[in-house]
Amino acid sequence: MNEQTKKKNKIIKSIFYTLLVLLVIISFIPFYMMIVNATRSNADILRNGFTLIPGQAIVDNYNVLLEYMNLWRGFANSLIVALAVTVLSSYFSALTAFGFSVYKFKGSNFLFVTILVLMMVPGQLGLIGFYDIMRTFGFLDTYIPLIVPPIASTFTVFFLRQFLSSVLHSSLIEAARIDGAHEFTIFHKIGVPMMMPAISTMAIFSFIGSWNNYILPLVVLFSPEKYTLPVMMGALRGSQVAQNLGAMYLGIAISVVPIMTAFIFLSKYIISSISAGAVKE
Amino acid sequence: MQSKLNKYGYVFILPFFIVFATFTIYPIILTFYYSFTSYSGFGDAAFIGFDNYQRLLTDSYFWEAFYNTIYIWGINFGFQLGIALLLAILFSDIRLKMKGLSFFRAAFYLPNLITIASVALLFGILLGWHHGTINHILLDLGFISEPINWLNNPTTARWSVALIGAWMWFGHTFIILMAGISGISNDYFEAALIDGASRLQMFFKITLPLLKPIMLYVLITSLIGGLQIFDLPMLLTDGRGAPQGSLNTMVLYLYNQAFRVNNYGYAAAIAYGLFIITVCFSLITFKAMYRKSVKGE
Repeated sequence: MNEQTKKKNKIIKSIFYTLLVLLVIISFIPFYMMIVNATRSNADILRNGFTLIPGQAIVDNYNVLLEYMNLWRGFANSLIVALAVTVLSSYFSALTAFGFSVYKFKGSNFLFVTILVLMMVPGQLGLIGFYDIMRTFGFLDTYIPLIVPPIASTFTVFFLRQFLSSVLHSSLIEAARIDGAHEFTIFHKIGVPMMMPAISTMAIFSFIGSWNNYILPLVVLFSPEKYTLPVMMGALRGSQVAQNLGAMYLGIAISVVPIMTAFIFLSKYIISSISAGAVKE
Repeated sequence: MQSKLNKYGYVFILPFFIVFATFTIYPIILTFYYSFTSYSGFGDAAFIGFDNYQRLLTDSYFWEAFYNTIYIWGINFGFQLGIALLLAILFSDIRLKMKGLSFFRAAFYLPNLITIASVALLFGILLGWHHGTINHILLDLGFISEPINWLNNPTTARWSVALIGAWMWFGHTFIILMAGISGISNDYFEAALIDGASRLQMFFKITLPLLKPIMLYVLITSLIGGLQIFDLPMLLTDGRGAPQGSLNTMVLYLYNQAFRVNNYGYAAAIAYGLFIITVCFSLITFKAMYRKSVKGE
């Protein structure tokens, strides 16, 4: 490469980096405005408008916010639900994928194809029936409709089975059987550790999916103290807090900042999970 | 020994199928049944044949919701894919060797991780009329002389929702495109470089054709998700899709018919209408992408 093209490349690169930084700013500015405004009083925001400098009203805003709604409660609720969903869907999906990969039984192909077909069906299709069944069972206003259905996560089973077919050796299982290991022991001692990389990939998806789920908890939960965070955020919008912009921004910040912090530590895993999920398709 | 143990297969998959049958398949069948009734959530569901579907075909609210959903998704996807593709071109260019990919990927992905409810609330006040930050900034910079009531005008409201969606999803799409590109052998690019191919030639002749399966994945998942858009329009409006119904999407309409006015039978028909639309659009997409790839060979 001669000097001229090198120089040209350098100029092009600096233009591109500038654009990239601009895009980073666009990604972050709404969150930055949220944090700044969370520290300003309502009057300050109304009177002075836009500023990048934080104020001092964060404690007042916090008190106003907590008078109406305990967002931390919603936070804890969301965490409980998301953790339960993650554990249950990971364990039972691994069990199902193992069952499909290791054993040859009548109808296994038909059942797996059923899973594949229903994987394409949008989640909202059965919503009306789902609500009706939950009411019949008396499961409304409990976490059962949120926590139990993910035991049957079609995409996770599909993903884990694909993964198993590339790492599982039947000789390993045969050896364990000769040693007298029970089938469930084999699953727990050999199957689960083997699937672990794929399980953790899917676990991240399950957690994020549950954490962000809005329509389902909105439909099945009625008691404010049981609300998950997204539903509580929705309720915040219609409450008196909405009159106080500073408190409102603070409420949103409380729902956002812990996730942002967790993301800083976990971004590597999360991003490689998304990449793996797409390329495996 | 193996054949005797094969019955364990049923044991292993049993919990999945019990839950699957109870919480997924049965609700889908029950919803289908309700779509032929005038069920109101209480008492008996009177069978009314195809009345709900007939109503659906001529329901201007539903078709308006359909139009809004496609409108919002179209703009959203255009921007989302456009930005993600430009970023992918940039980072896959072997002459430029751009640094900081992992940082930029993470930074662009961040908005996607935030609960949509929080994003909706945040933009709801950022886009506020007299005291919204976005109007404050535009006024300070002198771009506008009067504050704009973004969420009260059908066009700006739809564009706002679409662009918020693009803002949330371009990082995700970028990650997926990069994952696809990293699967392409570097030999192709090296060879093209020796042959003196230009940046754009490399992208259009090597990267893009090899990226087709991934693009199809992005398109289909985005489409299925986009047709079900609910959280943003629900929380950016009064929950009914104002202004002038411009943010009334299909799932929002379904939700309101079921849980606001107790029209369960009709809501069930909307769910199946949405399903049929989703299947049609997915098939068209598959067909279009497939035909193109055959022609390109």
